Parts: sequence; structure tokens; C-alpha cells
Amino acid sequence: MARRLTTLRVAPLHPVAWWAWAILLAAAAARTTNPLCLGLILAVAGWVVVSRRPQSTWARSYGTLLRLGALVVVIRVVVQVLFGERIPGHTLFTIPSLALPSWLAGVTLGGPVTADAVVGAACQGLRLAAILGCVGAANALVSPFRLLRCVPAGLYEIAVAVTVAVSFTPQVIASIGKVRDARRLRGRAVSGPAGMRGLAVPVLEGALERSLALAASMDSRGFGRRAVSSTRQRLASAATLAGLLGLAVGVYGVLDSGAPSGLGLPVVGVGALLVIAGLVATSVGSRTRYRPDRWAGREWVTVVVSAAALAAVIVVGRRDAASLAMPVYPLALPAVPPLALLGLLLAALPSVVAPPPIDTSVR
Amino acid sequence: MIVFENMSVTYPDRERPALEGVELAIGEGELALVVGPTGAGKSTLLRSVNGLVPHFSGGRLTGRVLVDGRSTADHRPRDLADVVGFVGQDPDATFVADIVEDELAYSMENLGLSPPTMRRRVEDVLDILNLHSLRQRAIMSLSGGQRQRVAIGAVLTAAPRLLVLDEPTSSLDPISAEEVLAALSRLVHDQGVTIVVAEHRLERIVHAADVIVSVPETAGGVRAGPPAAMLALSSVAPPIVRLAQVAGWDPLPLSVRDARRLAGGLRQRLVVRPAAVGRPTPGPVVATVRRLSARYGRLLALEGVSLDLAAGEVTAVMGRNGAGKTTLLRHLVGLRSPEQGSVTVQGRKPSEMRPAEAVRLVGLVPQDPASMLSADSVVAECRDADHDASLAPGRTRATLERLMPGLSDQIHPRDLSEGQRLALALAIVLAPAPPLILLDEPTRGLDYIAKSRLTVMLRDLAAEGHSVVLATHDVELVADTADRVVVLADGEIITDGPTREVVCHTPGLAPQVARILAPTEWLTVAEVESALVDSGSIR
Repeated sequence: MARRLTTLRVAPLHPVAWWAWAILLAAAAARTTNPLCLGLILAVAGWVVVSRRPQSTWARSYGTLLRLGALVVVIRVVVQVLFGERIPGHTLFTIPSLALPSWLAGVTLGGPVTADAVVGAACQGLRLAAILGCVGAANALVSPFRLLRCVPAGLYEIAVAVTVAVSFTPQVIASIGKVRDARRLRGRAVSGPAGMRGLAVPVLEGALERSLALAASMDSRGFGRRAVSSTRQRLASAATLAGLLGLAVGVYGVLDSGAPSGLGLPVVGVGALLVIAGLVATSVGSRTRYRPDRWAGREWVTVVVSAAALAAVIVVGRRDAASLAMPVYPLALPAVPPLALLGLLLAALPSVVAPPPIDTSVR
Repeated sequence: MIVFENMSVTYPDRERPALEGVELAIGEGELALVVGPTGAGKSTLLRSVNGLVPHFSGGRLTGRVLVDGRSTADHRPRDLADVVGFVGQDPDATFVADIVEDELAYSMENLGLSPPTMRRRVEDVLDILNLHSLRQRAIMSLSGGQRQRVAIGAVLTAAPRLLVLDEPTSSLDPISAEEVLAALSRLVHDQGVTIVVAEHRLERIVHAADVIVSVPETAGGVRAGPPAAMLALSSVAPPIVRLAQVAGWDPLPLSVRDARRLAGGLRQRLVVRPAAVGRPTPGPVVATVRRLSARYGRLLALEGVSLDLAAGEVTAVMGRNGAGKTTLLRHLVGLRSPEQGSVTVQGRKPSEMRPAEAVRLVGLVPQDPASMLSADSVVAECRDADHDASLAPGRTRATLERLMPGLSDQIHPRDLSEGQRLALALAIVLAPAPPLILLDEPTRGLDYIAKSRLTVMLRDLAAEGHSVVLATHDVELVADTADRVVVLADGEIITDGPTREVVCHTPGLAPQVARILAPTEWLTVAEVESALVDSGSIR
């Protein structure tokens, strides 16, 4: 029975669990500029990616996002050096200063650059890089196709549109390559404005033809056959969408301490109610789903450990906010908040709990 | 199973109908093969079976099409999804999911089947199409033949009683095509599925057909009948049928096996050795490839390839899909510059030249000739080409006239047939008179008539002293056209020699005539015919 063994599939972790894990971890990163915490978050996310990412094109995007993160740090430092507010401290070097006229707010550019300013800016950049790292991790661990399969029935049409768009991007890139080749074969310039002009029309034509072929294929395979375009269906879809928007705004309110207090939990509650109502209304008899992802113990563990990590950071922040920040002016070594670090370390648990990835690319 | 009653189709903005007065009945469990020249309306006929014509395409359909008793007039394609499975020409454009298993389940999800049913059918289809080892693979990582089988599986899971396929093997190498056709014949024999399939390369499939539906160029002459009778009268016929006509065999054999049993007498009548039919010795070397290696990421595409291409010679590059044929051509034309090794054409490196100069040295007609065309009429296309390569005005148009006389000036390139489009692209490549001409899969979508015209064009070019290179899967074209065959496998040259030697000793590459007349090494019907005429056994 060797064949059974090779085709046997251990259900991969639920896509929503991975994204919840990544978002909770990113939320933790958003609350600190302590390089120890941020470094640990990056390390945890990286470790989980390395041990559990599948062999797919999406997984390779992780490296790109990390590089983007590094670029963010560099840009943040450069902006601080050139335009940033002057922070006193140990002066590294001085750049010529330029006082803008009063009608440009009278800001002074340049001036002395202190180590304190550079380190502070680098740590702020690192915070953004860590958030990017978390998003990139989720993106690498779950293909967008799998995530879209989890979209509730009420949003099915939107999900299909997004799925098609996602799968079209690589095809459009391939088609651009093909048209460029064809131009070279005719002896035409490949670069420059003339090259661009000749590119757009054939690429768009190709994309349109493919869309038609795809639409014909989907129609022949029964797409839209069961859709009941009743008012009730539309209302339910609208409610789901509004609810999701509400949830997003509410979560922002909860996370951002500067947001008006009414924007937090109440909006989350209303949003959740709307979503549930919409889903219940649309889930009655339409399409069915093949081998839906299951939510089981592993998924709970993944979400709970990352929630614990966030909770640890929040608790530490309440008790001793200074320990989560990088101390500048005077510049000092960052504090070591044991509770926060332990909590963040816990978020590495999915690298063991989640089932190993299935290889989808080897011939 | 399918009944056409006096069906006519007229597309919008067209004066003449694409199909007219079609009366046709295809029975349960039959494999119907639709044949005819390109542009005759084969696709229209196939697409009207599940209602894509006219529901999706627009246009006017008169008469009736009944599928399993349902009329396509009041059933949209989606309402017929559980009866008709439709597989289009380009499988890549039809995939909705990224993993094989999810793609297979898609139509069942739309039909709202229960999860246990879906599970069972996916397993069934994985077994029938021999896809079980690929179930978790990303579709984009599969080979062409595997993708085509996934596209078939994706409609099969809805358990249709009728399967419609539009040129399912046109871009596949002979072995992958065999895989797909074997799957189809299993479906007909074991599952009782009715199949309607259009295919240009009749030699691949005609032996499995129960009925041939002929769609001639004139709009109103669609007929169906038993294969042997239909082919005896048809203008498009595979080599086996033409050989049988030359040799006077009756009844007409349709499989190599049947033909071999009749061929004993013919082999004795052919007293001359085929090697006597010689070709001129090639001229000076035009292009040189030395120890060329190339890779795409981790994937090795070419490994230490060395090759000399001579003037006046037609070289066929063969090998599986993904063996490195296209990569080799891309290096020769300078679209890729060699990472290791060297490519020179008449002592110069094409990848380092400006495009406008390079076209005078080497030209490539890509796999999809339409991608080269961008103007809105044939004459504008030719004018642009003269301008791009700074040629004397009218040069490209004159070249086209020689390749394909009488093509209308004002016609839009999109409205040309595949063969005409290929001729236009070839004229653009040919006008600057490059000594080296490359063609990538030139016979995709070409019917027998267009193919024999291509053969004449290519032989003429070689006779004028061009070096011609074809990357192709089409063994019949190679037998007709090439002097020399280079076989690539996993990026390495495994065979390089005269066509007759190579194809007769490689079973996967042998043309029909060679397989029928083995061990004597005859390649083409024309050769056999002229030998018979010479020896006086026929007139």
C-alpha cells in the first residue's frame, strides 16, 4: 500500500489560523520599539516560515518582503537624518542646515545628527519591518487561493473575482515578456517610450482573450447556476460586507490608543452581529464545498499562543511602558522585559504544532 | 445523444453563416471525430453542443440543437454542465484553482453536490485519468500533457455523459498526446461516455473514432459517416490513408496494425532502397553553438549543447515538452544571452546586437505567430515590418506574395486563418533575408493543406541557401521537410543525424509510413509513390 501512503494528506493548518497568528504577532510588534522584542518577533516569524512554508511561488515572496523591510529601516533613518526633528545627544556629524522661509512653516532642514536620533529612527523603522515580516510570513505560509476558499458564501462572488485576479497577475507578466520578445524579433526597440506604447495594446488584448476563455470555461462548468439573485441575497451580502468593514474599523479603534473611545469595542460588536446575520442568511443551500478546511486543536493552539504573546506585550506595556521603548536621550541599552520576551517566544509554537507542508511543486 | 436539426449559425457583423443547415445525430457512447480545414467552423460546431454558441458568443442560431433531450435554446451552458463537459483549446486559460484536487472539485461545488459524493468522484477521476500522484501539485508545475488531463478531469467530475474537446493534443509532444488519447479511449470503452473531439493531426486519433464528422470549407456541407468511407472522400487525410490510396488497399486501413497486415506486397514491390532518394549536401556553416548551458532558477534547461548549422539544410529539433527546444532557439536568436558557452551566427553574437541589426542575421517565428502581429491590416503589418528593419518599401509584401499568393491587403490579421497568420509572420521574419531562420512549433493548428504548403516554403528556403531550424513535435512534418534531426532530452543532445536514420530507429519519432513499411526505411507517401512510378508498378 505504498501508494496510499504517498497520497495520504495531513490536513494543513487552517488558513485563517495562520493569518490570525500573523496579525496578533504584528499587533504585538506595533506596540513596541524595543529592538530585543522586535528582533524576537522577526526571528519567531522567520523560524515558523522556514519550518512550515510550502514549496510555492507565494512562499518565495517572503524574501522579497524581508528586503522591503530592510529598505524601510534605511529610508526611515535617511529621512530622519535629512528632514527629521533635531534630537539632542551625542553628535555623530553635522550636515549643512537650511532654514525654509516662514511660508513653508519655517522648518529648519539639516543640522547636527545625533546617535540618539539615528538609533531612535532605526528602531521605529524596525517596528515597521517586523510588521511587514509578520504579514509576509502569513503570505508565505498560506497561498491566497486557500485563504479565498475560506471566504463565507455571502462573499463568494467577490472571492471568485479576487481569485481570478490573483491568478491573472503571473499570466499578465508572462504575456508582457512574450510581447517584448515579439517586438525584438521584429527588430523594434524594446525599451523607451516607443517600446512601452507597443506593449500595452497586445498585452491588454491577450488578457481580454484569456478572460473570455476563462469565463467560457467557468460558465460551462456551472458557475452561477445556483445563484438566487433575490433581494434577500443581496441584502445579506451587503450586511456581511458592512459588518466586515465595521469589524476592521473597530479593531483599529481597539489597537490604536489615540482613537476616540467610542470607536473600539462597540463598533466591533455591531460589525460582528452584522457579519453573523449576513452569513446565516446566505449559507442556506447554495454551493457546497469540497474538503473544507477544519478548525481543530492545532488551530486553537496557534491562535491562543499568539494571543498570549500579544497579551504579554500589552500587560508589560501597562505596567512599565518604558521597558518596551528604545531609550534615547540619554541613549542606553534597551530593557529586558522577561514577561514580554517569554510571551513572544510562545508564538513560535506553531512551527511544531502545525503539520509539515505538502510539496506541491516537485515533479 | 446529440441531435442537430437544420442548425445554422451566423455571427454578428458577418454576412455569411459560419455553419448552415447542419443535420447530424451522434449516438450514445460514440467517439465522434470532427475534421475539416482551419476556419471551416469546427469550433463553432463544438461550442454549439453545450450552448456556448450562441449564449456566450453572441450571434444567431436557427434550427435546434438537442443534447440528451434538452434544447440549447432554453438551457444555458451552466444548466448543461451536468450533461456536457467542454474542454477548450488552451487548458491554461481555463483553470480556476491552483491545486489539482481543488480544480477537479470546482464544477461539483457549483452543482451543489454533497461532500461525500464530491470526495468519491474526485477519487474516481484521479484513477481514471491516472492523476492520483499529482493530486496535491500546483497546476502551474505540471507538464502540458498533465495539464490537459487535469482540464479533462475538471469537467469529468460533474459526471457528464458527453465530453466535447477542441484540439486537446495540438500543443503536446507525441507521448503526452498518447497519454491524453489513451485516457479518452478508456472513457469511451469503460465509462460509456460519448466524446466529440476536433483534431488536426488525424494520424493520432483516427483509429479510435467511430464516426467522422466532416466540416468542409463551404458553409453548408457538414456530414457524418463511418471513418473509412469519410476519409476516402475527404480532402484532409492522414498519411496512412494516402498510402493506402497509392497502394490500392481496400478496405481502407485506419490503424498502423491493420496497414502492416496489408503492406507485405507493397514492401516487395518497392525494389529500390529509399536511401537512394538523396538530398544535396549542405553548404558552409552559418551558426555555431558551443557547450551551451542554461538554467531557469534551479531547473536545468540546456546542458553542454554543441551544434553546427549549415546553409541549405533543414534541421528539426525534437524532444519532449520541456526538453529545451525553445530555450535553444531563444539563444540562437539572441533573446537570451548564454551564461555558459557561446552562440555565434556568421561570427557574430546575436544577443549583443541591436534588434534592428539582429533581424538581418537570424529570424524566429515564435510558437504563437499572432503575438508578432500588431497592426490592423495585412498591408499595414508589412509596411511596419519594412520600416522596423529599414528595408525598401514593399519588400515584406512581396515576400508574403511569394509565400502565400493572393492574400487580401485590407484583411485584419486577427481574421486570418492559422496558416495565413503563420505565412505573414514568416514573411516579416524573412524579408530582411537572414541566413538563419528558426520556427518554433510551426504546425500548431495547421491542417494538412496548410502543412504541405509550409513544407514547400521551407524546402524552397533551404534551396535558396538559408539554414532552417524547426522545433517541433510533428513527426510527419519532420519526415516531409527535414534533412537532419537533433533530439534533445533533459537539455542534452542525445541524437544528431540524418532524418531517415534517426526517425526510423526511434519508435516514438517514426512517422506513419515508416511504421507501416518497417524495416525498410521509407518516410513519406510522396517518396513511396515516386518509387512506384519509377519502377513502373503504377502510373
